[in-house]
Amino acid sequence: MQRLRRTMMFVPGNNPAMMSDAFIYGPDSIMLDLEDSVTMAEKDAARLLVHNALKTIDYGNTEMVVRVNPLNTPYGKKDVEAVVKAGVDVIRMPKTETAEEVQELEAEIQRVETELGCLGRTQIMAAIESTKGIINAYAIATASKRMMGIALGAEDYCANLKTQRTPSGDELLLARETIVVAARAAGIYALDTVYSNLNDMETFRKEVELIKRLGFDGKSIINPRQIEIINEVFTPTEKEIEKAKTIVAAIKEAAAKGSGVIAVNGKMVDKPVVTRAEHTIELALAAGVITKEDL
Amino acid sequence: MSTLKERASLISSEATKMGKQVYKEGGKKATTFRKDYQKESEKLVSLEEAIKQSGLKDGMTISFHHHFRGGDKVVNLVVDKLAQMGFKNLRLAASSLQDVHEPLIEHIKNGVITSISTSGLRGKLADAISRGLMKEPVVFRSHGGRGSAIVNGEEHINVAFIGASSSDPLGNACGFSRSENAKSICGSLGYAIPDAQNADKVVILTDDLVAYPNTPASISESYVDYVVEVESVGDSSKIASGAIRDTKNPRDILLAKQAAKVIINGGYFKDGFSIQTGSGGASLAAVKYIRESMIEKGIKASYALGGITAHMVKMFEEGLIEKLIDVQSFDKVAAESIRDNEMHKEASANEYASADEKGSATHYLDMVILSALEVDVNFNVNVLVGSDGIIRGAIGGHQDTAEDSALSIIVCPLLRGRIPCVVDEVTTLITPGSSVDVIVTEYGIAVNPRRPEIAERLKNAGLNIVDIHDLAAKAKSIIGNPAPLPFGDKVVGVVMNRDGSVLDVIKNIEA
Amino acid sequence: MEVKKAFAGTLESGDIMIQIEPSDKEGLQINLDSTVAYQFGEQIKKVIVETLKDLGVENAIVTATDKGALDCTIRARVTAAAVRSTGKDVWA
Repeated sequence: MQRLRRTMMFVPGNNPAMMSDAFIYGPDSIMLDLEDSVTMAEKDAARLLVHNALKTIDYGNTEMVVRVNPLNTPYGKKDVEAVVKAGVDVIRMPKTETAEEVQELEAEIQRVETELGCLGRTQIMAAIESTKGIINAYAIATASKRMMGIALGAEDYCANLKTQRTPSGDELLLARETIVVAARAAGIYALDTVYSNLNDMETFRKEVELIKRLGFDGKSIINPRQIEIINEVFTPTEKEIEKAKTIVAAIKEAAAKGSGVIAVNGKMVDKPVVTRAEHTIELALAAGVITKEDL
Repeated sequence: MSTLKERASLISSEATKMGKQVYKEGGKKATTFRKDYQKESEKLVSLEEAIKQSGLKDGMTISFHHHFRGGDKVVNLVVDKLAQMGFKNLRLAASSLQDVHEPLIEHIKNGVITSISTSGLRGKLADAISRGLMKEPVVFRSHGGRGSAIVNGEEHINVAFIGASSSDPLGNACGFSRSENAKSICGSLGYAIPDAQNADKVVILTDDLVAYPNTPASISESYVDYVVEVESVGDSSKIASGAIRDTKNPRDILLAKQAAKVIINGGYFKDGFSIQTGSGGASLAAVKYIRESMIEKGIKASYALGGITAHMVKMFEEGLIEKLIDVQSFDKVAAESIRDNEMHKEASANEYASADEKGSATHYLDMVILSALEVDVNFNVNVLVGSDGIIRGAIGGHQDTAEDSALSIIVCPLLRGRIPCVVDEVTTLITPGSSVDVIVTEYGIAVNPRRPEIAERLKNAGLNIVDIHDLAAKAKSIIGNPAPLPFGDKVVGVVMNRDGSVLDVIKNIEA
Repeated sequence: MEVKKAFAGTLESGDIMIQIEPSDKEGLQINLDSTVAYQFGEQIKKVIVETLKDLGVENAIVTATDKGALDCTIRARVTAAAVRSTGKDVWA
């Protein structure tokens, strides 16, 4: 089963209390941040904190991501060394504009992994936060075989566009669709930007519904309170689950017979329908609305 | 014909048989306009006079309630006066004591107070007692346990000093005031009612003396011997806070949602259920989710008990809860509601939670949400002594509601900073594990093996049910092994069970 | 190793503030103030000493104000203070 990445929760890298218990809220991924949420004077201390936390704390099945500083700052390379040494799952590269930047990061990771003898362990995701990055989205998505996903960073992108974010999100439509298309073409995950007004859960829910329709796998979040809403939106309805279950049962039946043709009620089922059914079941299992015994 | 005069000898002989006097015409009627007359009473005296007349002697027991909480001024005022008058060796029987009662330390050192019984202790007084300030151990009782002990004479009160937000000169007293001179408000006076009903002498202290009749009253004049007007019984700002403030703390919200799911899926969430919740952030937030589910499913509660909060009052006003039974009002909204709503009933500590009062509200309680300082792998709970061995809490109604309710739910984080809250053995035993059904933590929900049917229901609802031993092990894996506490050999506290038996002792802490 | 006065960490709950100063005496002198001193005082001191020795800091006065930090946080804060104090980083 593929990993679910509905929620990727930001946690400031210089806050030990939040780092130690972020996973109790059940995000699919936790992103410890060394970049924007850490002041320049604390970059060194946050790096050590994140390194020690990753090495020590049992985060269970939660995927651990660290957002490092750009490699062209004095902090970027040290960040990569510290988190790869601590066994991070994914490094999130901020403000990615070109495939070359991804390859530069890959080279750094490779250097540290070679030293550790664990070549290929660390995945990369790139946050695209500029118009140039959007233009290069597919090149970025395919820049390395370590690529896990691409994400939209809307604040910088909007500033770059010379506009601002609105509740409807019209200004982000092209960027969002570009990200999803590029990610799908590359066979990796597509993740949406954060929504930071915690007092307006209704608009937040609408935005989540929108990005789900657009095809995103999930969204970056800034507060545990956002998790439940995303999971609700991404949880398939009973009707969807029933339909998917029938199709999955047909797949099993076909496999048992050694037949390549999958049929429900005598009708042949197309490949995309099968793929969608499998994805529905995965989401339903993750949401806990069905168990493996139900299948 | 038979006239009064003719029957005189018969009247006289019947009176003699009965050992009674024959009626003689009395003196003059009081003719003062009653509106003026109602402002006076022989009961109305100074504090010193009340103490003198009460017959209080060295070695006797005085009592207080804690409805003014952190804002209480009555305990310090009265004990200061007693010290000044030269009293020694008194027993102080309080329903609870707070940070504000720090001045008692000096009175204990000077021998004015030599013995204490209470539901809880906090602040510097608690710290000093934990380190061995007193010769005699403090006796800790639950609210229901204290009510029982007062009624059955185990805790005999000689003089009760009862602070009231309003009283008339006869002693009809309330925890609120209907006058425009209202200075303080605490709502229910439930914990003071057993004292009023059972003490040898009762002194009401009030900062709003109103004209007779101050009725309906929490405490009836028939129990009251003296009424003392004072400048202030309590600091209102510290008694009851105003509006509802929903917690934004994500951990509290997580715990609240889990607790609400336990309530909703535990098997007792049916039309006509009864419930008690606490005043902590998680407990308050849980009420919010329970309310949503009640509306969605069309379920109403017959009564809410407690510990009444603004949340409960709101649901009562919405018709989701039929009645409120209130032994202690947790905020201003609740305190005002008890004044204004007939179906918001004030309950004495005994009506609330006494083990030997069959009609007490806890006996008819379906569910309760409680907090804890520590729980252990045997589901025992500690709400009194901190993990550093210092007393920092109160038994409250914990023992009472946990034992009597059909489903008791403890909400407690696994860790508070580096302090573990799920442990191998609680520092002090307050509520026995046999009373505790479910423990909700942010790392999963543990169900007492005595209640397999509850575990089954919660599992079926998709909740994360874990073994309590795994929770304790998880805590240790995160924080390491705490070193044993440096306890001494002196007993500084005795924990009573609500039935009058001794549950545990608290030893002094050294260092 | 030569040390100069430096500190790292905060006084937030779950964190620890570490200050390192030069000492004219031999060895590490540790002054600890902790909210969990009873249960974890010795453990905290042990982590501080081990971390400093690993970094080659042998003589210093360490003032630690602990708000219930976990061992991994203590290690991170002590390392950060030591790096700032000695000027020698732990990363390549």
